[in-house]
Amino acid sequence: MNKIESINDFVIKFANVNGSGSASANQMFAKGVFRSGIPVSPKNIFPSNIQGLPTWFEVRVNEKGYLGRREGIDISVAMNPQSYGQDVNELKSGGYFIYDSSWKRDFGRDDINVLGVPLTELCVSEFSNPKQRLLFKNLGYVGVLCSILEMDKDIYISLINEQFKGKEKLIEPNVKALEIGYSYAENNFKDICKIKVHKSNKTDGLILTSGNDAAGLGCVYGGATLCAWYPITPSTSLAESFNKYSEKLRVEDETKKNKFAFIQAEDELAAIGMTIGANWNGARGFTATSGPGISLMSEFIGLAYFAEVPSVIFDVQRGGPSTGMPTRTQQSDILACAYASHGDTKHVLLIPSDPKECFDFAVEAFDLSDRLQTPVIVLSDLDLGMNDWSTQEFDWDDSRIHDKGKVLSREDLDGMERFGRYLDVDGDGIPYRTYPGTHPEKGAYFTRGTSHDEYARYTEDGDKNAEVLSRLLKKYQTASELVPSPIFNQSKNNSSIGVIYFGSTDCSMQEALDKLNEEGLTIDAMRIRAFPFNLEVWEFIEDHDLLFIVEQNRDGQMRTLMMAEGGIVPDKLVSILCFDGQPITANYITNKINAHLSGTPAKIASTGK
Amino acid sequence: MTYITKPLNHHPRLETNKLGLTRRDYEGAVSTLCAGCGHDSISAAIIEACFQLDIESYKVAKLSGIGCSSKAPAYFLNQSHGFNSVHGRMPSIATGAAMANHELLYLGVSGDGDTASIGIGQFIHCARRQLNMTYFVENNGTYGLTKGQFSATNDIESKSKYGDDNLFPAIDLPSMAIQLGASFVARSFSGDRDQLVPLIKAAMSHKGFALLDVISPCVTFNNHTTSTKSYDYIREHNESLAKPDFVPMGKEITASYEPGEKTNVALHDGSTLSLQKLSEDYDPTDKILAIKNIQESQRDGRILTGLLYVDPNAKDLKEILNITDKPLNSLNQNDICPGKRALAGINEGLK
Repeated sequence: MNKIESINDFVIKFANVNGSGSASANQMFAKGVFRSGIPVSPKNIFPSNIQGLPTWFEVRVNEKGYLGRREGIDISVAMNPQSYGQDVNELKSGGYFIYDSSWKRDFGRDDINVLGVPLTELCVSEFSNPKQRLLFKNLGYVGVLCSILEMDKDIYISLINEQFKGKEKLIEPNVKALEIGYSYAENNFKDICKIKVHKSNKTDGLILTSGNDAAGLGCVYGGATLCAWYPITPSTSLAESFNKYSEKLRVEDETKKNKFAFIQAEDELAAIGMTIGANWNGARGFTATSGPGISLMSEFIGLAYFAEVPSVIFDVQRGGPSTGMPTRTQQSDILACAYASHGDTKHVLLIPSDPKECFDFAVEAFDLSDRLQTPVIVLSDLDLGMNDWSTQEFDWDDSRIHDKGKVLSREDLDGMERFGRYLDVDGDGIPYRTYPGTHPEKGAYFTRGTSHDEYARYTEDGDKNAEVLSRLLKKYQTASELVPSPIFNQSKNNSSIGVIYFGSTDCSMQEALDKLNEEGLTIDAMRIRAFPFNLEVWEFIEDHDLLFIVEQNRDGQMRTLMMAEGGIVPDKLVSILCFDGQPITANYITNKINAHLSGTPAKIASTGK
Repeated sequence: MTYITKPLNHHPRLETNKLGLTRRDYEGAVSTLCAGCGHDSISAAIIEACFQLDIESYKVAKLSGIGCSSKAPAYFLNQSHGFNSVHGRMPSIATGAAMANHELLYLGVSGDGDTASIGIGQFIHCARRQLNMTYFVENNGTYGLTKGQFSATNDIESKSKYGDDNLFPAIDLPSMAIQLGASFVARSFSGDRDQLVPLIKAAMSHKGFALLDVISPCVTFNNHTTSTKSYDYIREHNESLAKPDFVPMGKEITASYEPGEKTNVALHDGSTLSLQKLSEDYDPTDKILAIKNIQESQRDGRILTGLLYVDPNAKDLKEILNITDKPLNSLNQNDICPGKRALAGINEGLK
């Protein structure tokens, strides 16, 4: 029998029924591997449903630290008879197929290793509570994996102890469930599986967390005191993370009162309105949403742009258009966000690539929004936001001071002859503002979305309005100098070919570049981290004859943005597009690049997958 | 909204309040609404109320949506920050702003289109959340700025200026607000200053969501004989529940009204709203009775005005959310940023 052999490099996929409690067991498996010192990238592939439908959980284990999704399944833990057919088909030849053999099956493939574990029978004989009989099957297969992969069982016992801290009586049955699976495998599957997990130290300095969790924490560190939001997948957990960390870190010791406001709004319109209201009044507020929410918020985003009110918006992108694929990933809101709202508007975008950067950019977003007095949209995506990533530890410099931007105090106003809310005093396009309630006689003004002059007075004078619009363009120029610069993979350019990528594509891109390099192809790479694009972005484009732009959308939205903003010749920018809702893989990227360079234009070849 | 600055010179012997300010100091820009617009009378009543209560203008935030009514904040309290937001969305701006700094006085000015149509969702949720603000609906039953379309508060039997019938029943904002949990609900008429000023003062002193539905005839588009929101119609059908008198904290209740049975409502800040009863069974703290009174008067073609309902002990949103007494916008970085040490612990927990 053909058997896949590997140490610390494989993909395992769990197939479950959603609502059966499998997610936490699967996560525990991933964390156990992480604690063994090997980077993991678990990905939850779930339906937009609460109970009863097939759901999958894919974990890539890779000692080199490649965290992008990889095609091909080495081990399948098939716990859902509904999806057996699909699960068996996906398994690589020589792979391992674990299933609940309480009901025996023939899977019709003789090139795979079937490991039947009578999980239901084992749990029924050990547990009397019907709910537990069902639930503990999950830990049962974790026990099986622990045995066949030769992992340290104590790691899982500690994880169980940590998970049920405070509910101690649940520890013993959970450990028992783990042991049931473990001993069954020890007795029946000795030496069958040739995939192993060996302890390593490749997770030193890393943590395992999701982009949403990180961004919510970043908002706490960035000084946000208001979160107004409306539930929408995949952004909900970002708002909840802010609340979770705020409840832990932001409650007054003496009074037990909250130093934050967490408001579930009636809809996205209200969520962004509250965010703008708080920022107008000098408190840092944010909202978190996904594509449909951006559509709804657009009117307000235009107001904040034109009236120059700071506001931070997290868009955790999902598959579009319309309601689209709420539980799948895409990078397809780039244009909707860059130009959100009617009239001439352009917005600052920050595009993190891993949870560490979600944390950092959350902090950065508040500083930039206050400094620039304009909305800042952080573009994450479902893969980055909802899945756990092996990422660098969070870091905070205690000497870092929140930049509240150009805000006049009572004393400042005392020393001023006349305050003009929209006067460009410093020549950078950014005016000075006042918070309500600052000074009895000076500094009051009317914030409005109607055309206005430098003193915030309504005007129908077209020249005045054009002046304001032009100044906003100047401010936008200033923004390009303040936003995070792109990241280059090389210290100096080595090739006439370049690749541009951004966001969660980073992990697969790194792997793809290594692969291309091994194959003898050197190309320069630039990761875009923000919009508006700064000089370095344009220089990189200028310095290359051919550029691939890798995006997880259908229309090459980043490419469109570059052509629109920089007048770049379309022929120079070749799209590599993946929009099937699954995270892009390294193989996909290298195949497209190779195909294009060998004569098959990438754009034609790109139709999802 | 058109903007004309008012000349600053005024009579040297104008009456001053405790702050040494005259009524002129509470004014705004010159109104550009139509001559005779009810909204201007409401602005004047707001100015009077603020003057009488010795309010510091800069501690007030004026917020509005879009429409004729929403222009009005430009015409009072020049020294207050104003926010003319987007159509129907003033409540969310007010919510965010009030959470950022609960120490300011929030005056929201909206209209019947802004509140009862495009913004009804935000109105509903703002009321049920008990946001501490005074919410004016300058209710004229018509879309003035777009030239006279029916609004959702217009009565079904009403005709437009052009003779069209209104086909749909009116939304009654006060009964809705009471059902939603608003803790101060009053209706008044822009032409009844004696009733309006004390109600505004009471609403501003009330803690929680205070709705003032003020019928404010549109002289240009909805003041004809077949309108139910015309000056004449309101004057004929207005039935005042009680003559109100507002007594700020620490002042005695003076007998400015004819002797009669009075109900005193003690408001949260120590002030009192004194109501001289016109109706025997009137109790402004009885929610069910309030709704019954409104419904009955509607059935009989009367427009009930005055304080319809009040719960002086209601909790406001800040209390419901258990937010600290120090305004959130005044917390410094040490108060809100947990720092490097706390982060080390969080990192440990994610391994």
